[in-house]
Amino acid sequence: MIIGAGAAGLTAGIYASRAKLSTLILNEGAVGGQMVLTEEIANYPGVPSTKGYMLANTMKQQAKSFGCKIKSNVKIARYNLEGDIKEVELEDGRSFTARTIILTPGGRPRSLSIPGENQFKGTGISYCATCDGDFFTGKEVVVVGGGNSALEEAVALTQFATKVTIVHQFDHFQAFKHAVEEAQKNPKIEFIMESELRGFYGNGKLENVDIEHLPTGKMSSLKTDGTFIFVGYQPNTESLDGLVKLNERKEIVVDTDLKTNIEGVFAAGDCITKKYRQVTTAVADGTISALSAGKYLSEKQVKQEEILEEQL
Amino acid sequence: MKFLQTNLPEVETAAELEKMIEENENVMVCCGRMGPMCMPVYDVMEELEDEREDVKFAVMGFDNPEAAIIRNAPETNGFMGLPFTMYYKNGKVAHATSSIQNMQQITSILDEQFAEKV
Repeated sequence: MIIGAGAAGLTAGIYASRAKLSTLILNEGAVGGQMVLTEEIANYPGVPSTKGYMLANTMKQQAKSFGCKIKSNVKIARYNLEGDIKEVELEDGRSFTARTIILTPGGRPRSLSIPGENQFKGTGISYCATCDGDFFTGKEVVVVGGGNSALEEAVALTQFATKVTIVHQFDHFQAFKHAVEEAQKNPKIEFIMESELRGFYGNGKLENVDIEHLPTGKMSSLKTDGTFIFVGYQPNTESLDGLVKLNERKEIVVDTDLKTNIEGVFAAGDCITKKYRQVTTAVADGTISALSAGKYLSEKQVKQEEILEEQL
Repeated sequence: MKFLQTNLPEVETAAELEKMIEENENVMVCCGRMGPMCMPVYDVMEELEDEREDVKFAVMGFDNPEAAIIRNAPETNGFMGLPFTMYYKNGKVAHATSSIQNMQQITSILDEQFAEKV
């Protein structure tokens, strides 16, 4: 059983079902995971520039063609990962069992979790410049974040917006030097450093944001038509906390074979402890985890046969 | 002309949409692009299509000129995030949402606005 249908989960599904293992993928969100959040994938080896959703769809069809079953948009209520038989119970009462589990729950864009964020989602707050940038033509927007996504998307938004203000919590950026330089030389971009947003306000649509200058604690209000939030990703491991070993960033701790601390439970993709999160690395993880799970099942089978022989 | 690549029926004209709304008591139409905020909504609709026989599910390309019927609807005034998702009951707009929605949000709207799950 595989939990998650992003690049890692689908790849694990392809490898496991191709190896004639009875394979089920349970997925809490949409098939494709973070891949479908990528407008263009130009560096996936062997594939000319493609859309993220197209690559995801091809992987899904590939997995299904080998017999992999996929159930998406389910809500998992409970895991029982200990013992020889692992069980996953869904909120609708259905439950599924397997001899081994590969956890690939992926990650999601981090939200700010401040007042007004949910209220103005879709009426001023966005997490995707490619999707919603053109709604802000001729308007002023705020971009929150200091990584590559924030700076690259800020530059992209200057095609539409008259002014882009980047608000970042530190006095320096984490983005690559070229991304920082491109943003800094763009005349439409302004910077508010060492500051964080504290709230979103407006009447029916977003009109103002409250900003705190962190060193002084001074609050100010900035008029804006929109805010784009790019403050990184967080692993979807909340429901696994206390069940498998997680690190301080709530990523699943694995060894080089992608085994977790529980026998028969493996993990792969953006949810594990690793430095680089790319479609290619997720695909590699998915492969390793499926091969490791297959090996685990074979060894278990041999062991069981040996015990039976001894008993006979 | 089709604008989207999903497994859901795609409405291509305003007249087609009006006919669908007229002929079906409950209709959910997601108007979007093949983008990261829209794809998850299509995926949820595909999942629900088999379970919710009381609802007619369809998509419409946001860039389709005929989608002005949704883009310019009073209910979408102020929307600034794709997709624009419309819920029609008995020929009238019952609810509309802007930007990404998950399974839970969509099912609760369906339960609230349309008949309970059969």
